[in-house]
Parts: sequence; structure tokens; C-alpha cells
Amino acid sequence: MNNNAYRFVRPDIAALLSSEDLFSRADCEPTRASYARTILEIGEQDPRVVVLDADVSKSIGTNKFAEKFPDRSFNFGIAEQNMFAAAAGMATTGLIPFASTYAVFASMRALDMVRNSIHYPRLNVKIAASHSGITPGPDGVTHQGQEDLSIMRSIANSTVIAPADPTTAALAVRAAAEFEGPVYLSFTRDPVPVIFDVSYPFAIGKAVTVREGKDATIIANRDLVIQSLIAAENLAAQQVDVRVVDCHTLKPLDDEMVLRAAEETGAIVTAENNVYFGGLGSAVAEVLVENRPTPMKRIGVRDTFAESGPYLDLIDQYGLTARHIITAVQEVLKRK
Amino acid sequence: MTQPQVPMSVEDLKQMAATIRCDIIEMVCTAGAGHPGGSLSATDIVTALYFRLMRIDPSNPRWADRDRFILSKGHACPVWYAALAERGFFDKSHLGTLRRLGSILQGHPDMNKVPGIDMTTGSLGHGLSVGVGMALAGKLQKKDYHVWVVIGDGESQEGSIWEAAMSATKWKLDNLTAILDRNNLQNDFFVDELMPIEPLPDKWRAFGWNTVEIDGHNMEEIVPALEGAKAFKGAPTILIASTVKGKGVSYMENVCEWHGKAPCREEADRALDEIRRCSREQ
Repeated sequence: MNNNAYRFVRPDIAALLSSEDLFSRADCEPTRASYARTILEIGEQDPRVVVLDADVSKSIGTNKFAEKFPDRSFNFGIAEQNMFAAAAGMATTGLIPFASTYAVFASMRALDMVRNSIHYPRLNVKIAASHSGITPGPDGVTHQGQEDLSIMRSIANSTVIAPADPTTAALAVRAAAEFEGPVYLSFTRDPVPVIFDVSYPFAIGKAVTVREGKDATIIANRDLVIQSLIAAENLAAQQVDVRVVDCHTLKPLDDEMVLRAAEETGAIVTAENNVYFGGLGSAVAEVLVENRPTPMKRIGVRDTFAESGPYLDLIDQYGLTARHIITAVQEVLKRK
Repeated sequence: MTQPQVPMSVEDLKQMAATIRCDIIEMVCTAGAGHPGGSLSATDIVTALYFRLMRIDPSNPRWADRDRFILSKGHACPVWYAALAERGFFDKSHLGTLRRLGSILQGHPDMNKVPGIDMTTGSLGHGLSVGVGMALAGKLQKKDYHVWVVIGDGESQEGSIWEAAMSATKWKLDNLTAILDRNNLQNDFFVDELMPIEPLPDKWRAFGWNTVEIDGHNMEEIVPALEGAKAFKGAPTILIASTVKGKGVSYMENVCEWHGKAPCREEADRALDEIRRCSREQ
């Protein structure tokens, strides 16, 4: 293990990257919980912040905001369309609504409201989407938001953020609150390790290199950042030196980072727990193909629905774990 | 820009409604496309709001304490544009640019392009929810503005209308008034043939709204009904306004095709003659 290669990764996490113990750590936490904790802190500081729910506040944890700030909490019941359009109305008056629900409902059931009443008028609504990707393992397909990032990326005026761990989720929520305009925040249902320390330099649209490397680059988001770090650690044992980039902001994409990675490492693998079209892999490919064609592989959910299952088993079954990323890196290196 | 004397008398409101009807015909004719039928059915209601009821300032369209207006049936925006122009929010010369490339007057209203447009609309079933959000914000921020939302009867087939209806009652939004422009026609057919939604008054009462039925073309009824809605406490009010699609232009009245069709020049001239003659006779 070469600890010097890592940036902003907690040393105790870096030390566990090649072991099985990473996901059994007591401090693993779903990023939705980090959102709920952070919005409580922001609510304390900024009276313009209001939280909207659609009957999943206990799941997301925003019920704590409701307890602390009952006047600034609005539970719309099982009516996501009404919630998002009402959030738009609130935003016109200067409030900063955080509308919280699951990714499938935010990006699909209420998409017409999200597009026409939030993004078209560029209203200052924050969409807090839990259960993004196939992270809600046991819940099954209807609750697995495997397309949300692709859908949200295609909408004009959108900013789309998928933080990797509880530390960066908190930073993302704060950055979104300060940003003027709609922001889509993608959170996990299932627990992920606390990868990063608080020195992590979070800025919307600015990807962060979290492991230096020269042979290839893995560009990942949300819960596949940790899988990419595990992959890189294992590849290091095979004398393959891989850079890992936490591309937390899917849109606007950090084009400069992509091109630098292509120039300096000459091979790219993207890794996302999202369908492998329209999301991170597509975004990176678009930049490369127009500017600097580079050998590339995409890790993501293929053209299929998943199924119920424990989170770690499920992402393994659907090709999203470190071993799949390792294979992809090995393949792409052959094409360099 | 000249600004009319407000609040207007009922007689002056009738004259202004005629002027706005003429603006609508001119706009849609010049544009060669648009939605005259639903604009004309909502004209008297919109006129009463902008020239009598609403607390607004055309020189400060984003005034934080202003009353809000949302035309949820956004395709009827010619009536909204005409009312805003006549009220002095922007120069009337813009009306001739409806739907043109580069115009502030989009085919459906854009709040970031037009002074006085409080919410972008066009996709049906959004506006009442947006109004709920504005009304909740008003209560939270202890502002005494009132939120007015015009919805259509065809639009009421959207499920989200009823989500909004439920929530406005939950939060006792007496600072919100919906006006239902019940003109009985939608794009394809008569509402009750296509997808029956009556009895609307019973439905709204069942959802807990203060429900009042009015003649949506009788200014003597419209003005006190709007005043009553604003004064009512403890629940949101809906005025179910019986209207005629295409009102004021005989060949358009109750004819489905005029939902989204522009009159040619000759037809427009005939319409303008009718509206002006009728206005003089009042």
C-alpha cells in the first residue's frame, strides 16, 4: 500500500482498501443521513431554508428537521407532483426549498414539474433524492433510481451532484444551499464508508483527484468512488498505477479534468451506479470523442432492470464492484 | 406607458374587458397561431383581478408584497399579456410580437421574459400547486398578499390539481383563491363527452374548499365574488365561473376548433366589430 498516493482519503480507510472490512465499519452511513443532518444545521443558520417531504421523511431523516422547525417543514403526503410545483412557488418568494423524496419519484413521476416549473424558470429549488442508483437493494426495481442521473443531466439549467460519502454529501448540501438555481442531489439508501476527511475541497463542477496515478484514470461518482479506490489499491499490487477521480458533479462536467486525465494517463474507465448510457460514462465519452479520443470503458448498470437483494451482493451481480472495475482497467490498458 | 385609473368601476371594467378582447383577437391574428377561445372565456375574470382587485405595482413587478396571479391554463396567455400591457407593465407594442422569434411573449408564458408574469406556465396541472407554495410562503413570512390562480375545467382532469386541492385545505390557505374557468370545452371535444368531471362544485366542497358558483362574464357578480374570496377565512376559496369559450365573438362561441386556431384578417375584423359594437351598447 502506498498511502502517499491518496488525497483527502482518511488514513484508516486507505489502510482497509485491500481488506473485506470496509463495509462492516461502525461509521458506515447512508449519504441520505448526512443530508438530513446537514439540512438541520443549515436550517439553524438560514431561515429561508424550508424542507418539503412526500411521506418518506422518516426514511430520509428529514423528520428531524420537522421536529426542530415545524413552521418550515411541509409534508405533502404521497403527492410528489404537488410537492415539486409548490417548491417552485415557494422559491419565487425567496425561500430556499429542499424537496426530498426518492430518486425514481423526483426524476420520473414528477419530472414534468421538475422540468417545466423548476428548471425552465431556473427557480432556486434543491431536489434531494435518496435511493439513487440500485442502492435501495432490498426494495427492488420500483424503488431503484437507476436512470435519475441520466434524466436530470439532459435537462437545461440543471446542476447534478452525486457525492461519494457522508463527508462530501454534507459539503454538497452546503454548496447547493449557497448556489442560486436548481440543484439535484443524489443520495444513497445504503450505508457507505466515510472515505474523506474534512479537508476535501468541494466545489460544484470541480472534480477531485483522490488517488494519484499515471497508467490509467478511473472517473467515478457516488457509491462507486469507494469501489474505484478498492480497485486501484488492488491494481497497485499488480504494479498498475491508477488515478482515481471523484467526479461528484455530473453536470456541469469538469471537462478540463477529463482531458488532463486522458493526456496524462492515456486510458479512462468510468464507474457509476446508474444506467451506463446518458450518465457519467456518456458525459466523459462526449468530451473525449470531440477533443481527444482515448481508450475507454464504462462501468454502469447495463440495459436491464435489477432485482431485490442486499446492496453489496446486488452491485456485484450487476457488474458494479471493484473486481469489474479492475477487469475494465486491464482491458483498456491493452488498447493504449 | 400610460397607466389606467384603478381600481375601476364595474362599468369601466366592462369597457376594459372589451379592449382586452380586441387585443386578444389582434394578437392571435397577427401571430397566426394561439389560443383565442380560452383567452376570451377568462377575460372578464382576469380584467376584474388586474383592474380592481389585485394589489400590484406595474413599476415594481417583483414587489415582495404584491398579490400573485397564476394563469395555470397557460395557453390562454394572450389574455394575461393583454391585461399586463393595458395595466402598464410593458409597452403595448410588444403585443404584436406574440410567438415571434426573440419576443418576450412566448407561446406559453415565461416569468423571466415578461414583467408581471409571476410564474411560468404551460404544462397543465402545475399552477394551483405553485399557488399553494406561494400561499404557504406568504403565511410563513407573515405577508398579507393574496394568491389568485385561474385553472381550466379541462385542466381539472390532471390528477395534480386534486393533489393541490387537498394540500390547500390541509394548510387552511385562505390567502389562496382559485377561479375555475368552466367553459365546457377542451382541445379535442366537450369536457363532459371526453372525460366527465362534473359535479365540480360537489368535488371542491368535498375537498374542503369554500365553493362559490358565479357567472364568469357578469362583472356585477365577478367583483363581489372575488372580494368575498379574499375576505373568507379558514379555508381556500374556489369560484366556479360558468363561462363561454370564445365569449364575445359569435362564430367562436362554444366552437371547439377555436381552442387553438387563429382568425384570418377578415375573421378578425368581423370579431373586432362585434366586440366594439357590443361594448358600445352596454
